[in-house]
Amino acid sequence: MTGPVVVVGAGPAGLAAAIALRGRGVADVIVLEREREAGGIPRHADHRGFGARDLRRLLSGPAYARRYAELARAAGAEIRTEATVTGWTVDGALEVTAPEGRATIAAATVVLATGCRERPRAARLVPGSRPEGVMTTSTLQQLVHLQHRRVGTRAVVAGAEHVSFSAVATLAESGAETVAIVTEAPRHQSFAAFRAGATLRYRAPLHTRTRIAAIHGRGRVEAVDLEDVDTGATRRVACDTVVFTADWIPEHELAVLGGVALDPGTRGPVVDTALRTSRRGVFAAGNLDHGAEAADVAALGGRHAGGAAAAFLTDGAWPARVPVEVAPPLHWIAPNAIAPPAGPPPRGRFALRAHAFLRAPTIGVAQDGRTLWRGRLRALQPGRSATLPAGWVAAVDPAGGPIRVRVLAARTRE
Amino acid sequence: MSARERDVVVVGAGVVGAAIARELTRFALDVVLLEAGPDVGAGTSKANTALLHTGFDAKPGTLEARLVRRGCELLGAYAARVGIPVQRTGALLVAWDDEQLAALPGIAATARENGHDDLREVAAAELSAREPHLGPGARGALEVPGESIVCPFTPPLAFATEAVLAGCELRRETPVVGVERLMRGGYAVHVPGGPIRTRFLVNAAGLRSDEIHRMAGFGGFTVTPRRGELIVFDKLARPLVSHILLAVPTQTTKGVLISPTVFGNVMLGPTADDLEDKTATGSTREGLARLRAEAARIMPALLDHEVTAVYAGLRAATEHVDYRIEVDGDAGYACAGGIRSTGLSASMAIAEHVREQLGAAGLALAPRPESELPALRMPNLGEAFPRPYAQAERIAADPEYGRVVCFCERVTRGEVRDALASPIPPSDLDGLRRRTRALMGRCQGFACGANVAALLESGRV
Repeated sequence: MTGPVVVVGAGPAGLAAAIALRGRGVADVIVLEREREAGGIPRHADHRGFGARDLRRLLSGPAYARRYAELARAAGAEIRTEATVTGWTVDGALEVTAPEGRATIAAATVVLATGCRERPRAARLVPGSRPEGVMTTSTLQQLVHLQHRRVGTRAVVAGAEHVSFSAVATLAESGAETVAIVTEAPRHQSFAAFRAGATLRYRAPLHTRTRIAAIHGRGRVEAVDLEDVDTGATRRVACDTVVFTADWIPEHELAVLGGVALDPGTRGPVVDTALRTSRRGVFAAGNLDHGAEAADVAALGGRHAGGAAAAFLTDGAWPARVPVEVAPPLHWIAPNAIAPPAGPPPRGRFALRAHAFLRAPTIGVAQDGRTLWRGRLRALQPGRSATLPAGWVAAVDPAGGPIRVRVLAARTRE
Repeated sequence: MSARERDVVVVGAGVVGAAIARELTRFALDVVLLEAGPDVGAGTSKANTALLHTGFDAKPGTLEARLVRRGCELLGAYAARVGIPVQRTGALLVAWDDEQLAALPGIAATARENGHDDLREVAAAELSAREPHLGPGARGALEVPGESIVCPFTPPLAFATEAVLAGCELRRETPVVGVERLMRGGYAVHVPGGPIRTRFLVNAAGLRSDEIHRMAGFGGFTVTPRRGELIVFDKLARPLVSHILLAVPTQTTKGVLISPTVFGNVMLGPTADDLEDKTATGSTREGLARLRAEAARIMPALLDHEVTAVYAGLRAATEHVDYRIEVDGDAGYACAGGIRSTGLSASMAIAEHVREQLGAAGLALAPRPESELPALRMPNLGEAFPRPYAQAERIAADPEYGRVVCFCERVTRGEVRDALASPIPPSDLDGLRRRTRALMGRCQGFACGANVAALLESGRV
């Protein structure tokens, strides 16, 4: 295997992968970043709380982004910004557009770390007119934190996850009042402190079991219709800004164009515990694998993939794998394949998501009717991962059928 | 009132009005093109099904049948010349039951009457081989080889740009509030900022063509907006479909179709709902649910893909089956109204027809020397040919074409710069989107929205 190791995406996962690769003595590591600055989403997530689990310190998003870029450069990785990977040649090289020119790079190994995005309004099929003033959290944060612009005066926020409350704070910082936070779920999915902060500090009311039924306005947003999903009752709320938050989907286009198989749950690549994809020589790390985890979790995934990619350069091993499947009310598990002889996943655990709020669920992991693991988790809820221990991966039969992860018993929380 | 008397005022810079303005500026005429909205092609013209129809299914003998057929030829040739993306995918008109299957020969006969002899019936087995992702139960189809997909945004912009470069005055955000017929002939067209005097008046006001018609002292038709909602699916769905998949038409509508787009997406729609509100361009939950139900039947795999965009357009339907194209020579007035859903396909032929009629009515048509007319080349927005991000030589000559600003659609800073410096620059993000594809993609601005907005703002200075 010749050529550089190419990491696509200079967010926390990509930069951590590059650092790990250099740390394992890989000579030629190139990180391709389509934005003008390395650092990924944390560049514009201007609040504290980044870096606890990977850097063992607490930084603001922008400081965390800068720190990772510095660490990667110091480790000897080459970061190319404004370099957009647009596809793959038939020979498997990456096609890259940059101001320096259009080029192809034949990589020895590729680590995809292209991240994820929030589903925009259209993807959520929210009807109505199409005025300006409708955006995702990312756009909001870039407008406020990077460009220091005002976005509006009265906002409605769709979603009640961590990022939704972060959007409320960003709106407040830009001088906009959040007049409603709405979620179709029966409760918010963030920390109690965040939710309390929204109420006490920003006076933003949370409406559960509520959805935006329509957006109104010509030119600029004028109002939304909020609908009680249980009763169908609708009321009109005047606002000039609508922020669609959370509802993450991996930015998987480059993976799909490369023939990488996707998991139906995560919509990211199917990855084994070493974050190998279905395509030999291509790894996938960070929120491309699981939209969305915190930046430090993404970075630890990148670190894991970087180490695995370095090992692959040495041993060339790309073992066959057994899929891991979940059944409703589980939504997804990541990683979602086991390739014996399998090591542990990033952080030594799996991330597990559900569609429903479940208290004290008993989870069973089985292969061909043989129980590999059985245990109780504290809780499961939409939009936030619980973790599943990984000791059982050693017991997977490489010749066996798919591994099935199921909820055996649980109390639903209403 | 301004002392200068214009030769022609064209009301409405949709695809039809822009085509008429362009056609008239081929001659030594002083033309003004008025648009009530913020941009050329920003009304009904931006929200159509993006098809270049042959007119095979038009009602034989109608003006519409003739002009769509002619317009398809004219726009096809024009598109190649100025760089409007067109892909001749052909269409398959799919029958799902006995009744629809039995209707196919009649549709083929209608097509023959309209001068299209190349339609052919396709049996179920061949159909499923050519469109393997069709839902179960497709019984057969009629193949219409000439049907094409086209960029809906570039044609009105190309027409208006050519007109402007040839001396036409374009005024946007200029609604006509009154039309006064002058005793000595001609009109005073009342707009904010003072009336415009003109010898001839052309009404191409689309949804408001009936209102302009009445202002000019005529009657005889009323526009009833017929809303069509459409869903655009992610580019990753593009391999699912090769042809335009048409439905067997009913009395009121051509039905819901699934089609590739020249941008590499898949489009589903339109619905057809008669309304009263000419501004009701919003989508509805019922409409979107209906479309998804249709997709579940026609191509279930489509629903596994992400939705990139949802939009709705209003067809300018009237109580008449045919176009309302009327020229009153004595009054110096032409109306091109009641053009429902074939306006894009027929636009150049409508323009030619209106110009001929105006000529017969006394408008002097002295051709201008070729040297005075611009040789236009529009930016390529389609996927059939390489776009700037993929053109090594272009990037080498100008690195701005290597700076991708909208990642989903791969729009470069160079293209945004070019649009902002073009003869008809965009006035808002929507206008920039139609000129470059920026913000049109799957993330809808998640990654680039703030940057693109900043570029637009800097370009306005």
